[in-house]
Amino acid sequence: MGWADPKGMRSRMSAAADDIRADAGQPVIEVRDVTVRFGGVLALDGVSFDIRAGAILGLIGPNGAGKTTLFNCLSRLYTPSSGDIRLLGRTILRQPAHKMAGMGIGRTFQNVASFHNLTVRDNVRVGAHSASRSNVASDALRLPSARRSEREIDRAAQELIDWLELGEVADRLVAGLPFGWQKRVELARAMAAKPKLLLLDEPAGGLNHDEVQELGGLILKVRDEGDVTVLLVEHHMGLVMSVSDRVVVLNFGRKIAEGTPEEMQKHPEVISAYLGGGDE
Amino acid sequence: MSTSEGKMSDLGSSAPWPAGAAARPKVGARTIFFGLLLLVAVTLPFISKNFFIFQTTVVMVYAIAILGLNLLIGVNGQFSLGHGAFYALGAYTAAILMETFGLHYAWTLPIAAALCFVAGFLFGLPALRLEGVYLALATFALAVTTPQLLKLSPFEGFTGGVQGIVITKPGAPFGLPLNSDQWLYFLTLAIGLLLYWLVHNIVHSRTGRAFMAIRDNPIAASSMGVNTSLYKATAFGVSAMITGVAGSLGAIVIQFVAPDSFTFALSVQLLVGLVIGGVGWLPGALIGAVFVVFIPNVAEEISKGLAGACYGVLLILVIYLAPQGADGVIRAAVDRFKRLL
Ligand SMILES: Nc1ncnc2c1ncn2[C@@H]1O[C@H](COP(=O)(O)OP(=O)(O)OP(=O)(O)O)[C@@H](O)[C@H]1O
Ligand SMILES: [Mg+2]
Repeated sequence: MGWADPKGMRSRMSAAADDIRADAGQPVIEVRDVTVRFGGVLALDGVSFDIRAGAILGLIGPNGAGKTTLFNCLSRLYTPSSGDIRLLGRTILRQPAHKMAGMGIGRTFQNVASFHNLTVRDNVRVGAHSASRSNVASDALRLPSARRSEREIDRAAQELIDWLELGEVADRLVAGLPFGWQKRVELARAMAAKPKLLLLDEPAGGLNHDEVQELGGLILKVRDEGDVTVLLVEHHMGLVMSVSDRVVVLNFGRKIAEGTPEEMQKHPEVISAYLGGGDE
Repeated sequence: MSTSEGKMSDLGSSAPWPAGAAARPKVGARTIFFGLLLLVAVTLPFISKNFFIFQTTVVMVYAIAILGLNLLIGVNGQFSLGHGAFYALGAYTAAILMETFGLHYAWTLPIAAALCFVAGFLFGLPALRLEGVYLALATFALAVTTPQLLKLSPFEGFTGGVQGIVITKPGAPFGLPLNSDQWLYFLTLAIGLLLYWLVHNIVHSRTGRAFMAIRDNPIAASSMGVNTSLYKATAFGVSAMITGVAGSLGAIVIQFVAPDSFTFALSVQLLVGLVIGGVGWLPGALIGAVFVVFIPNVAEEISKGLAGACYGVLLILVIYLAPQGADGVIRAAVDRFKRLL
């Protein structure tokens, strides 16, 4: 578990940003007493926390702690059995999953979930779906409104491709790309909807050391330039501790601690959850 | 992030992907090819016998039906073993409107299109809950029910029961110097080109990308804001509409509809045509249709008694030689041609 040199990476990457942003903004998301049950398994048990605008919140915890389940609640793939989730003060729990992107919640997936038979560019274009309008008739007949919307989508996709340096693979099928590239495509795709909150589920999974370093920079770049709040689930402690403003720790579906990265590294319950592995 | 490009490129070169996997023939070459094809298509009815014109028209009708099926299966990833039902709906709509209500055949096409869109959309809605083999079963049920429904005595007044309906062959309008076969050929060609243009536009649009996103990863699609239920039902509707228009044209061209022309075998034929042409490749519909219309004749030439078996052997042969359909063969040929140059 690399708890390696968070200070060093941190000061290199985000010193200025986190001084300004930590605890400064309004909560973008409020998670309140969220409980999720799968049959007998209590995947989430009364979890509450806020994420402030412009922050990067790290969400950590051992395997099976409920991190992905929480993500799936935030993107409305699961409905909590109790509790509430509010985006900018309004509950999201009455909206269908496909409304989330338009409301400002974008995400990447733990194991990449690209549209693998589409090109990188088309993946990013699909990401812009919620930010554009058309219907099957206007698209089939190439009505002026559809052509205009298509031009806007193209422009947005090209900007993202340039911004995230995907130019050299832009017109390749995602299926043929190495894993690291696919993850970057997913990030571009999620950003195409111009989210307020970006959910990243283990973006470092399957990446090598250098790529993880790059990813840390990329996450900060996306937050700073893309004007987005980030919820980061990650097992790579070096990465979490270096980019997060705050960290929430889950274990067996319950929040066992919350605080700054420094506080979490000294927290006895956190250390025992990771080292002991048992039920505290 | 100055290092990122270099790092990612290293990764790229260490895991090579097939060269030109996403490459398609150049636009220029493609335009020339399709231009020539169109030229041949336009001159063909003036240099061929009427029966060959008729057969080619039937090929185009099947190509349209397969095009519709391709939008559903190849583009949207929903399976249908029952598209013969929508073909039948289009065919009977045209036949009944013309023969019972005396409507001009040109009017029957948009009406059949609308009806088949609604039927497909409505069938697509409950089918949303079904995936893979279950959807295959539900559409299979649709295919086997259709000929039975068409034979039912309460509808006999409209459908003509087992006898079916004979349709009067329309001649060329506006005093055009064309015989009936030539006229129907051009009508089918024009409508086929129109529908091809519409489907092509859809595939290269926001709607089409939503269809393909659902095919590749429905959960990710919905997280990107795609209303998967709406788009899946829409894909079903448009697909049924196109196949239904083919049915109407088929009825007018063949001048006859009867329940036994629209059995499960028709749905399977459309599927065979789709696979032969290449799933997801739109021009493949024409190649698939040529196979579906002419290969049974070839099989019969080989052996009258064993025509079915010959057809089966030919089919297996083609599938082995071109496992990805005509699409794969043409792409490989274009790649090789490029390497030669
Ligand atoms: N769809 C589901 N049906 C039943 N149980 C589930 C489902 N999804 C998650 N679970 C269970 O809920 C618990 C939490 O799983 P979750 O995937 O949220 O963990 P995680 O923190 O993301 O773990 P990891 O770090 O391994 O990704 C686990 O016990 C898991 O088996
Ligand atoms: Mg997980």
